[in-house]
Amino acid sequence: MNRRKIFSSELLDITIQRMTQQLIENHGDFEDTVILALQPRGVFLAERLKTCLEENIGRPINLGYLDITFHRDDFRRREKPLQANTTHIPFLIENKKVILVDDVLYTGRSVRAAMDAMITFGRPQAVELAVLIDRKYTRDLPIEPNVVGQHVNTVASQRIEVELKGKDYQEDSIWLTEKTQD
Amino acid sequence: MSQLSTKHLLGIKDLTPEDLHLIFQTADQFKEVINRPIKKVPSLRDITIANVFFENSTRTRLSFELAEKRLSADVVNFSAGNSSVKKGETLLDTVNNILSMKVDMVVMRHASPGAPHFLSKHIDANIVNAGDGTHEHPTQALLDTFSIREKLGDVAGKKVCLFGDIVHSRVALSNIFALKKLGAEVMVCGPKTLLPKYVESLGVKVELDVRKALQWCDVANVLRIQLERQQLKYFPSLREYSQYYGINKGLLDSLDKEIVIMHPGPINRGVELNSDVADSDAAIILDQVENGVAVRMAVLYLLAGAGA
Repeated sequence: MNRRKIFSSELLDITIQRMTQQLIENHGDFEDTVILALQPRGVFLAERLKTCLEENIGRPINLGYLDITFHRDDFRRREKPLQANTTHIPFLIENKKVILVDDVLYTGRSVRAAMDAMITFGRPQAVELAVLIDRKYTRDLPIEPNVVGQHVNTVASQRIEVELKGKDYQEDSIWLTEKTQD
Repeated sequence: MSQLSTKHLLGIKDLTPEDLHLIFQTADQFKEVINRPIKKVPSLRDITIANVFFENSTRTRLSFELAEKRLSADVVNFSAGNSSVKKGETLLDTVNNILSMKVDMVVMRHASPGAPHFLSKHIDANIVNAGDGTHEHPTQALLDTFSIREKLGDVAGKKVCLFGDIVHSRVALSNIFALKKLGAEVMVCGPKTLLPKYVESLGVKVELDVRKALQWCDVANVLRIQLERQQLKYFPSLREYSQYYGINKGLLDSLDKEIVIMHPGPINRGVELNSDVADSDAAIILDQVENGVAVRMAVLYLLAGAGA
């Protein structure tokens, strides 16, 4: 198996700092802006962004968790249904600017489902998309991110693996892996 | 684990404890969905469900229909009262006719125990048992145990007593299976004539004295006296039943602990349960009804996923 590190712990920190600055540039003091993390894998990035934003702005940021399982377009088309995660949005999104946050943007289908799930909570004024990794040239739908950590050229056989500091790993790292043909 | 071990929900007896936990975890999410401003998700939009009711029902049928509609399924309703069943059509013919109209799932209530099991051997669609005679009523047991879990945090280790007409109750049998699989202790309490013979063989305690049973349990699930199924006289009069087995506020206040009161509905007020208890804070009867929709959404969603 081929494995290439695309994010080390240091690079991830720097990237999140830069994404924070970009978001502040667009959204000022976040008075009318909220963040929605896509369950389950957008959560780590959204929580880091929230911490970093709060350090910079000095006020609490609204962060909600959005599960898209029931809005996916591949239900009954994949072998096993996916397990649903918690949706928890303790604020109104009506007339707010919403930033959707996910780890990897690939086909765009998750983001489509997320927009569908999101509007069941109200009508936002505007919606943006922030992702850590944008897999280029792989989109099935016309969806593009507004804030990107890194653009990566990939092919379908490759996968992105995210390892986070905590009980399983010593440090954060993100890998691009490819199964080699035996 | 994100898939049920079965493609039909015929009874709790066939489910594994993992199935029960998966249904609960999924129902948690659906409970959040039905409290949103827009209470609908598109998951089952390419599925048609037939609600086939050969026996009367308001709560269960309404609850299933709402669950189906909130999952965006197409729904057709059928009740035996004004159908060709009256002209002598067999169960299998009736259902096969419905299925030829391209129906994917059948929710069925029938007066004969085992009717959905029979059907599952002959047709392709997913079948959900919405009550078969005096046998099982799996979704009721799921919503009862889900409500206990929600109220007390967990079902394992809790003491649950089922009161009243156990012998005619499909709710009782399904509840006993579900509670035992989830690790609860179960007791049944009622007049001897309304307790099944050999009920101990299911691993439940038997108590004839209401006060002792209430003193023992954390949760009291009070079942309805099913007069429509009682062809014999099982007790002298409703008044006497209520005197000895009815649960009222005075009785609960005389205990030195608080217990959770449940009832699957419809309540015979003043018979098995007094209004001062049914409408008190100890009762979670209306929570049970709310949870019923979420639990049924979870069951339909998981079965539809399994049938792909």
